[in-house]
Amino acid sequence: MTEVSMTVNGVSVGGSVEGRTLLSSFLREQLGLTGTHVGCDTSQCGACVVHVNGDAVKSCTILAVEANGAEVATIEGQAAEDGTLSVVQQAFQDHHGLQCGFCTPGMVMSTLALLKDNPKPSEAEVRKYLEGNICRCTGYHNIVRAIMAASGQDVAIAAE
Amino acid sequence: MPKDHGIGASPKRREDIRFLTGNGNYTDDMNIAGQAYIHFLRSDVAHGTINGIDTAAAAAMPGVVKIFTSVDFEGVGGVPCGWEITDRQGNAMQEPKHPILAEGKVRYVGEMIAAVIAETADLARDAAEAIDLDITDLPAVVNMRAALVDGSPKVHDDLTSNLCYDWGFVEENRDAVDAAIKGAAHVTTLELVNNRLIANPMEPRVCIGDYDRSSGDSTLFTTSQNPHVVRLLMGAFVLGIPEHKLRVVSPDVGGGFGTKIFHYAEEAFSTFAAKVCNRAVKWTSSRSEAFMSDAHGRDHVTKIELALDGDNNFVAVRTDTHANMGAYLSTFAPAVPTWLHGTLMAGNYKTPLIYVNVKAVFTNTVPVDAYRGAGRPEATFQLERVIDKAAIELGVDPIALRRQNFVTEFPYATPVAVEYDTGDYNATMDKLEQMADFAGFEARRAESEKNGKLRGLGVNTYIEACGIAPSNLVGQLGARAGLYESATVRVNATGGLVVMTGSHSHGQGHETSFPQVIAEMIGIDESMIEIVHGDTAKVPMGMGTYGSRSLAVGGSAMVRATEKIINKAKKIAAHLMEASDADIELKDGTFSVAGTDKSVAWGDVTLAAYVPHNYPLEDIEPGLEETAFYDPANFTYPAGAYACEVEVDKETGQVTIERMMAADDFGNIVNPMIVDGQVHGGLAQGIGQALLEGCIYDDDGQLLSASFMDYAMPRADDLPNFEVDHSCQTPCTHNPLGVKGCGEAGAIGSPPSVVNAVVNALRSGGADVTHVDMPLSPSRVWEAMQS
Repeated sequence: MTEVSMTVNGVSVGGSVEGRTLLSSFLREQLGLTGTHVGCDTSQCGACVVHVNGDAVKSCTILAVEANGAEVATIEGQAAEDGTLSVVQQAFQDHHGLQCGFCTPGMVMSTLALLKDNPKPSEAEVRKYLEGNICRCTGYHNIVRAIMAASGQDVAIAAE
Repeated sequence: MPKDHGIGASPKRREDIRFLTGNGNYTDDMNIAGQAYIHFLRSDVAHGTINGIDTAAAAAMPGVVKIFTSVDFEGVGGVPCGWEITDRQGNAMQEPKHPILAEGKVRYVGEMIAAVIAETADLARDAAEAIDLDITDLPAVVNMRAALVDGSPKVHDDLTSNLCYDWGFVEENRDAVDAAIKGAAHVTTLELVNNRLIANPMEPRVCIGDYDRSSGDSTLFTTSQNPHVVRLLMGAFVLGIPEHKLRVVSPDVGGGFGTKIFHYAEEAFSTFAAKVCNRAVKWTSSRSEAFMSDAHGRDHVTKIELALDGDNNFVAVRTDTHANMGAYLSTFAPAVPTWLHGTLMAGNYKTPLIYVNVKAVFTNTVPVDAYRGAGRPEATFQLERVIDKAAIELGVDPIALRRQNFVTEFPYATPVAVEYDTGDYNATMDKLEQMADFAGFEARRAESEKNGKLRGLGVNTYIEACGIAPSNLVGQLGARAGLYESATVRVNATGGLVVMTGSHSHGQGHETSFPQVIAEMIGIDESMIEIVHGDTAKVPMGMGTYGSRSLAVGGSAMVRATEKIINKAKKIAAHLMEASDADIELKDGTFSVAGTDKSVAWGDVTLAAYVPHNYPLEDIEPGLEETAFYDPANFTYPAGAYACEVEVDKETGQVTIERMMAADDFGNIVNPMIVDGQVHGGLAQGIGQALLEGCIYDDDGQLLSASFMDYAMPRADDLPNFEVDHSCQTPCTHNPLGVKGCGEAGAIGSPPSVVNAVVNALRSGGADVTHVDMPLSPSRVWEAMQS
């Protein structure tokens, strides 16, 4: 077992992990941060995307020991302390960009990374960027609209 | 102005807050103190004899609590099937035993052979690798036609053959259909495959079994669309636990699409093992396990013939389908190719004579069952494809051919046993024509041509039967369950309501849309209404969510219970205002006496019900809580017209969806935003089936498409923006909300229009093509282009 420590959503945390323990497992099982979801075992689905030192990372692709000393951000840290949703979270609600909610944490975290690099993406750029995030419910239509809206671009509010 | 409240409004979804902040409560997010972990050892061969299972080394591994094999399940029932089909000769289908853990033989890759319980999931997996299996491979059978040939390997030695049933419908019409086809002016024949799919909700299945030794109660937490069905099947038929000692909970569930309807062996195992081990046990499916253990969908091979008279009127349809059951019968598997498929073969058309033959076949593959649409996509696809082929052969406009044959008068009794209550197929086609700008298509085609692309336009209609179903009817058809829905409405003293519904939300947004209905009925704010679902200890016996039934059946039960609440509340209000019950009106949350200025607020009445100091105790009981069970009088019949425009790359065969349009008639709409979202998701799954998705086995029964690396799930850049409309509304005549259901439409309606569009594109390029089998991969399309 190896001792690891890191900062998650601004809080210093630590734990004892096996060498094979994935960051996703450490977050979910040791820290109880179950908002990060695991939807596959081949790093395709993107439900587990978190930020490690500012970069979007699929947390099932790195070991907890690799994140030793890192700054990690997860979905649980995105809303304000009073519960106010972030701009991206609010856009997903406004535009019905989620249904079952399982892929949503990864979608939100990927969106943040996209908009950091490309604050005004075109629709085609959004669709291309989401290659690594699979949603089975929405057909992506409203996710794309939510992301366009979160980037400050003009999108009609969902439905009628 | 659009409404901001009640029926017809699109309030933001309340459940989104917890999902967007990481506070959802999915089954894998739950842990029970002291729980151990399960790892299932699954077969890596499709067919084999188990000579021995040596668990000694594994049992000695660190952290191992117990290892189970089939010997631990002696006296325990197998996984039951929920629907019995009677074949053409009047005999019951062949129904093999479906053991929890394999007994003597394995029959598909992924079948569970043994299970390790250990202190951690990793230790359980490590120990499973140390189990020594002695299995002799047997020849596997994967192809359905090969499986029916004499001398083929048998999936089940104790059955007479691999034929589950040979079903004819309507059998009495068989000779008349044959004669009509023989005498027809024109007959179009099409052979096609409805490709095997894997539902792949993003949340893999999870089970946690728990046992309370003080009470003797068992609890199963599971990713189910219908926890009561699991409780009934598992308690009564597998484990012998009476329902009052068994609780099944499905908390937040991350998508279902049908594959989480069924009662799975893992659920029974987890419940059983918790009691044996006297501690909670948890199984979390990996995605790889999901591919080889979640029930698959579709997998039909069909020949359809459409006969027309000299005026292009449809005179008969005859279809012959082989339907894959896999190695065992999943919960509703036998019903999918029969009652959910044969009854829809009239489509939107007044074809007078129809005969459907289905041979259901056992193979050495994962069990196949309902996937979004379940039988209805298979019916729609073959009918709408053969009509397009007929239009090509006859040289007529495919839309005109459809319009000419539309059912236009309702109610309409089809020759395949169902009666459409309402519809207006010309209206949805008119709407589609407006949306699609067919007149501008040739100009768009010319533009594509300039870029070296072929452009195609495909159109189709669909109809589906939703809101399953009248229980007395489905009972006659072989269902082993009732198909009503339940709701308890509990009004609290201070006026808030809790609705305990038998429907289950796993993405559909019931927590938002159901309160809209009650808010409209009473005239109070939605925020006063809470929806509880997914827990057999809390909600009345319900049948769950599938087949686009939640609002049509579950919502109707909720309406009925709320009507009882309102009737009783009016009596209380009448007493408080010293008036007659008959004079009491309820509007905007206020009871008033007609023709007077007397009124009492909703909250005054609810308080009086629980603090009955001034109350007609001699006439009515205190309290305000009512339950209703709603059993529909008929199915509902959503219908619509869909169009697709594609571009095909001449060099590579790559298909790009340029436009996807859906004009649906769902009857009345409660939440337009949610309805749009349901259609979007269905379209994506339908396009996925048409262009991308295919579950592939090799001849030895190895599953080749067993991960997201091999199975092409639609990504955002595979799909266009969707154009959807549901302004054509012919309300359902037999449920109180006039709703029809919208969950499956997109998946049913879209595959034929995609294929019709690609065939149209290829023909415009000079290829003599009338059909290409799904998925329309670049290689298949390129090959078709060469013809």
